[in-house]
Amino acid sequence: MMQPQTQGDIIVCRDVCKWYGQFQALKDVSMSARRGEVIVIFGPSGSGKSTFIRCINRLEEHQSGQIIVDGIELSNDVRNIDAIRSEVGMVFQQFNLFPHLTVLDNIALAPKWVRRKPRAEAEQTAMELLKRVGIETQAHKFPGQLSGGQQQRVAIARALAMQPRIMLFDEPTSALDPEMIKEVLDVMIELAKSGMTMLVVTHEMGFAREVADRLVFFDHGQIVEQGTPEQIFTNPQEERTKRFLAQIL
Amino acid sequence: MALETQTAPPKVRLDPVRWMRDNLFSSWANSILTIVAVVLLYSIVQPASRWIFTQADWTVVVANLKLLMVGQYPLDQVWRVWLSLLLTMAMLGVSKGVWSKVVGNVGPAYVLGLTLLAVLPFPLYGLTNRLWLAAGAAVLIGGWWLGRRYGASPTFRNGVSWAWVLLLPLVLLLLRGIEPLLPVIPTRAWGGLLLTFVLAITTIVFSFPIGVLLAVGRRSSLPAVSIFSTIYIEVFRGVPLVTVLFMFLIMLPLFVPGSESTDNIIRAIVGFTLFTAAYIAENVRGGLQSIPKGQFEAAKAVGLNPFLTMVLIILPQALRIVIPSNVSQYVSLYKDTALVVVAGGGMLELLGISRNIANQPEFLGKFIEALVFAGVLYWIFAFSMSYIARRLEAEMGVSKR
Repeated sequence: MMQPQTQGDIIVCRDVCKWYGQFQALKDVSMSARRGEVIVIFGPSGSGKSTFIRCINRLEEHQSGQIIVDGIELSNDVRNIDAIRSEVGMVFQQFNLFPHLTVLDNIALAPKWVRRKPRAEAEQTAMELLKRVGIETQAHKFPGQLSGGQQQRVAIARALAMQPRIMLFDEPTSALDPEMIKEVLDVMIELAKSGMTMLVVTHEMGFAREVADRLVFFDHGQIVEQGTPEQIFTNPQEERTKRFLAQIL
Repeated sequence: MALETQTAPPKVRLDPVRWMRDNLFSSWANSILTIVAVVLLYSIVQPASRWIFTQADWTVVVANLKLLMVGQYPLDQVWRVWLSLLLTMAMLGVSKGVWSKVVGNVGPAYVLGLTLLAVLPFPLYGLTNRLWLAAGAAVLIGGWWLGRRYGASPTFRNGVSWAWVLLLPLVLLLLRGIEPLLPVIPTRAWGGLLLTFVLAITTIVFSFPIGVLLAVGRRSSLPAVSIFSTIYIEVFRGVPLVTVLFMFLIMLPLFVPGSESTDNIIRAIVGFTLFTAAYIAENVRGGLQSIPKGQFEAAKAVGLNPFLTMVLIILPQALRIVIPSNVSQYVSLYKDTALVVVAGGGMLELLGISRNIANQPEFLGKFIEALVFAGVLYWIFAFSMSYIARRLEAEMGVSKR
């Protein structure tokens, strides 16, 4: 196993453990990510992959080990958590858009209230982001009036509005109808190519093959194997990885 | 091209015979139900209308109309009540112009009602009152026009919202008076429908924010806050309203020295408010619980702190959900204001006065007429309230979809 590098790494995790009651969801997970790296995390359901990325912006709390994001260690210090959350954008499986706000307000809300940007500037940035994800015509609609794929693209724009250095994706296409998956993946591919650091929990292996720098296979709360797409797809070392890939490919 | 051609739905002709066959007589059971319903309806409406138009002696209401409306409020100062009504009607009109769908038919219905009262040849009241009623209809229409004209401007809309906020204190000040500009009318002279309104509206305005704070407090992670909120809510929900009123009107002066000088109405409002807030809190808590966890997580993930999350994301959604239950709480509060009579303190609101009238020597025992009249008044405003609330909910539902 590679030892996590500290120098130049934007995310460093050392021996992260997490329990739900008696159940251990993460067992000594050590991993790091370089700036601009795109990492795809995959594995069977319940393997701890979502829990792991949710620990990185502290939607879940790890109980032992260290997580250092952009030089700030995650601890119970509230200021650290706030600082990290504004560095880390997150996209959820269920989109979690704010249904009572228009698409534009969904995106401009956090820049206005957290970054204290003037309304006009926040909305202008929001419009630019909507253009980037290709749905500027829907700006004044409510999330419920959009298709799933459009909603997820709004969610990506909402996360980008805080100008994060890291983007976390928690199964971003799992709740989508098949014909909408591509429009979301296209946005993610464009983002990956623009140099964003991304941690993506997904089973979209086509996406992984095209843009991932590294694949990480999780099972039973542990990292079983990691490597380049080339290594993982053509020459997996572990029996469990082989079996899982045989099922999903 | 085939995708573009759409066939129109078949036209349905409006045919009364067909409608009755489809809806009232579609089966044997349905026909029997229809007939039973018609017979029942007739057996209620027929004697009721006979009583209303031939047997009832409405002179009891005519002679006591002023008492029923404003209690002992001095006759030469009643213009202040009328002016308050005018202000409210003007605001209603402006709101109808700005938020037409929310106010809905309440606007035209009030114009119609006020106009009819002003021009119909009832022997109830003199020319001055007719002029005031006509003025009420006129300012409502005027406000409506104003609202339609300027309703598109956000500044104007904000102004209207603020005017609603300021309306209550302004009206209360006008009714009570301020030396030396306006002679002060002691609140013990306030009565009838006027007192019912003052009690109900003031309580609604104060109990809402308190209830929301308690609901949020009960879910707080700070034990002191959540325990206090829980105890408060459970205590006030577990005690009958009459008991709460009795405490504040009769017992408080016994325990807290100096409190006997506090106005009775204020003490009653405090009692009503504290009681209603507990129920509002539970309604709102139900709304808060129905907000999915993902909303909290999304708010956290974009960096909102817990306070902003609550104010910007959670409460706007939760409060919309609980409009129906909150409004039914307010409607029942509006009617429960009648309990101030039972709890003592010498206040006579609409129902209290209706019952008292039956003690007047010339109208001895004529309480049914006064009670029916009071009932109609209660119904008009309770229905307006729930009607506007339903429209409000539907309007906000559009954005929610």
